[in-house]
Amino acid sequence: MGGFIGQRLSVALLVAITVSVIGFALLRLSGDLAADIAGEDATPEEIAEVAQLYGLDLPLHVQYFNWVGKTVTGDLGESLFTNEPVLDLILERIEVTLLLAFYSLVVALIVAIPLGVLAAIRVNTWIDRLALGIAVFGQAIPNFWFGLILIYVFGVILRWLPISGSDSFAHYILPTIALGTSVMPALMRLTRTGMLEVLDSEYIRTAWAKGLRPRVVFFKHALRNAILPVVSLAAVSLGFLLGGSVIVETVFALNGIGLLAYQSILRSDFPVVQSILVFVSFAYIILTLASDLINARLDPRIRFD
Amino acid sequence: MSPIQKSVLQVRGLSVDIEVSKGTLRAVQDTSFSVLRGETLAIVGESGCGKTITALALMRLLPRRASLKAEELTLEGVNLAALTEREISDLRGHRICMIFQDPMTSLNPVYRIGDQLEEIFLRHGKGNRSEARARAEYLLDRVGITNTRTRLAQYPHELSGGLRQRMMIAMALMCEPSLIIADEPTTALDVTVQAQILALLTELQREFNMAMILITHDLGVVARVADRVAVMYAGRIVETGTSRQLFASPMHPYTRGLISCIPHPGRTKRGSQLGAIPGMVPALIGNLEGCQFRNRCYLSEDGCSKFNYELTVAEEGHCYRCSMSPEILVRGGVKA
Amino acid sequence: MTEPSKKSNISVMAPSPTEIMRRRVRGHTGFLLGSGFVLLVLLLAVFAPYLSPYDPFEQNLNTRLVNPVWGEGGTWAHILGTDSLGRDYWTRILYGARISLTVGFGAAIISGLIGSVIGIIGGYFGGRIDGVVMYLINVKLALPGILIALSLVSIFGGSLIALVCILGFLFWDRFAVVTRSVTLQIRNNDFVTAAEAVGASKLRIIFGEVLPNVANHIIVVASLEMAIAILVEAVLSFLGLGIQPPTPSWGLLVSEGRNFMFFKPFLITLPGLAIFFLVIAINLMGDGIRDVTSPEGRN
Repeated sequence: MGGFIGQRLSVALLVAITVSVIGFALLRLSGDLAADIAGEDATPEEIAEVAQLYGLDLPLHVQYFNWVGKTVTGDLGESLFTNEPVLDLILERIEVTLLLAFYSLVVALIVAIPLGVLAAIRVNTWIDRLALGIAVFGQAIPNFWFGLILIYVFGVILRWLPISGSDSFAHYILPTIALGTSVMPALMRLTRTGMLEVLDSEYIRTAWAKGLRPRVVFFKHALRNAILPVVSLAAVSLGFLLGGSVIVETVFALNGIGLLAYQSILRSDFPVVQSILVFVSFAYIILTLASDLINARLDPRIRFD
Repeated sequence: MSPIQKSVLQVRGLSVDIEVSKGTLRAVQDTSFSVLRGETLAIVGESGCGKTITALALMRLLPRRASLKAEELTLEGVNLAALTEREISDLRGHRICMIFQDPMTSLNPVYRIGDQLEEIFLRHGKGNRSEARARAEYLLDRVGITNTRTRLAQYPHELSGGLRQRMMIAMALMCEPSLIIADEPTTALDVTVQAQILALLTELQREFNMAMILITHDLGVVARVADRVAVMYAGRIVETGTSRQLFASPMHPYTRGLISCIPHPGRTKRGSQLGAIPGMVPALIGNLEGCQFRNRCYLSEDGCSKFNYELTVAEEGHCYRCSMSPEILVRGGVKA
Repeated sequence: MTEPSKKSNISVMAPSPTEIMRRRVRGHTGFLLGSGFVLLVLLLAVFAPYLSPYDPFEQNLNTRLVNPVWGEGGTWAHILGTDSLGRDYWTRILYGARISLTVGFGAAIISGLIGSVIGIIGGYFGGRIDGVVMYLINVKLALPGILIALSLVSIFGGSLIALVCILGFLFWDRFAVVTRSVTLQIRNNDFVTAAEAVGASKLRIIFGEVLPNVANHIIVVASLEMAIAILVEAVLSFLGLGIQPPTPSWGLLVSEGRNFMFFKPFLITLPGLAIFFLVIAINLMGDGIRDVTSPEGRN
């Protein structure tokens, strides 16, 4: 098991380093950073001053290592817009995004797994077609538009739920629905496919032959096997949700890091954008690592390789 | 004791139809057989002849598109065909148990051996958890598995093929069934292990006084283990009799063909050709008039296409279904 | 209840492969509906100038915010109403189809090329090369697509070309994963080993054996990615970092209509529905292609 973890860790580390390089390089693609910061009518001297101030006149790899060094110690630089430390900006807003992503995943799973299991048990009946229809709907609907529709229906016409801000739990309901529908279909399909495959297997036939009750066969025996790939996908989806929350946060005016990233991109606030990019990527890498470990835990066959 | 009191399973006129895209597949047609306590009935035939479907029909484990029909299908007096799903599930794993062919794929990979054994015991209300554990340990030991405590905590993939099959046998015995159906129990195993498993099965059958149906394509297994034999071809039973009767005086051309395919030590002369039955099992869809074996039979003639599978009795306990007269059947050698 | 199935080993007469395909296509309502709709949209986009008397940029401050023909005050002069600058909405949506289809096709083609090449190389050559390919895929997967797309658009601008390229360079991972896995399977087939033993050049094997078998998978993934590209473009335009006004992208239309959402909801419902139906149609088409070429994937 140790070798397994070790190998995964080293791959993850390599990917993490690459991602940080990409994140770092991305922002320097836009041309002369110093000139952008200094402003449109800055003189060459002013630009040079700015360059020196921000360390932009140093060779690229030196800049990179400086940045890595600072980041590792928690110094993510300051926002070019507000001069606040980037780390503070992120920490202020991270809770909203984490809650949103977490709620969305939970809701998606609560809908996807039972629906997928039911669709598999009653394959090719109207229940199955309905489930697949819901999946098609969820995959095709644009999040931002769905969010707006939800706002219109529930916030304006029915006036049941708040439509912006993040003060209470109720504020998260509509955004969670909008965001959850983007990951629910894939999870449902995977559950359904997995169940269908498993239900066809010999050990399920054995389970029936033992006279076990249907509930036991479907949930204890079948689902337990079918759920493995779904766990992996759920972890990966969480990573996706962290990055993809920008849309929903914008529509519902939720003050999370997605909205911060969007605003920062519009304002060319590089330190913030860079940090958020790297943060989200690292979260994804850690989540995939975690899902590998969970998989090993759940499937005894992997554990002993 | 009269035969009816000793009889565990009575099957008469069992038919299974399966709906496929091309029509209705008549997988099993009008089969009849019975098994007594302590008796082993072997059902022999090539793959696709319907023997496994027959076994699944007894357990009411047929696929969704299959339908079952029987004049009689009783297990210790209970009409299996008339039971609801809930009622039959009470019998499965309890009074009637099945051992499947491939022990690797027939066991759930994510649960421990102990758990998979104990759950049958608990499901059928045979006792509490510790009694279940005790029974599991006892049976594992009885089937020849050492280190039972360790084994109970292991997962299926940690056991070898032979051990897994022993475990499957133990699993089938958890609730002391009246009837065990073993579907090709040794086919997936090494030759050396096959003999051990067969011996184990016979031993256990005697000890627990169960009825056993053994499904196989291997006549060697039949010779070793079976009391009575039913030969199946294309969904029908073409010959039944005791093991001795069948090997000594096989009547149906198919049976003769099967027997000629295996070398008999002492009898088959060195250098002589082994028989083989040319051709394949026919598709069982559509018009199924006449004897289904006639295209491969060396004795067939025009009358065979009108044959209605009437039963002919050769001697006490030995009967077959062929339109040829007994004299012709007994005389005929087998062409390669 | 799904009860245990038993695979029948009795063979039945098998029809020819093309006959099978033809039968599947005819019976597959999803595929027919989907591709029919996509074709329709394609035709509408191509013949847009002939399908509307208006110009999508033509403003008319006298006829602003007119309701669609079914609404209060609606007229047949503007079937789907007008927006806040008096531009005919039917025309705007019609021309928006051009954007969506162009971005969709373009991005799918670029990402398809990149991803397939990477995936096939990794799957075919294995070993260290495959290690590099897996590493590339993992890096790509770790990067948050939308955020990077937003950043890149802010750097390179939101022109059609830029969008197609950015989306093409950002969404090739599924192609790579699928082609790699299929190539690995094919690679292990005996006939490939045989071909190599005979001395056939690697290139010929790739084009002759691997490609034909991967092709239908690529097409299926392409349809999926096309749908995704259309959705992402809509998001980017909605957020103001995609197609720039006054060019009518459906996402942009939703964004423009947002301010008037509460009393002129048609401004956002219509373009949203356009995106929705086009994406569904493409997905149905893709599912259909997959079912027709390899129905084992269906379940």
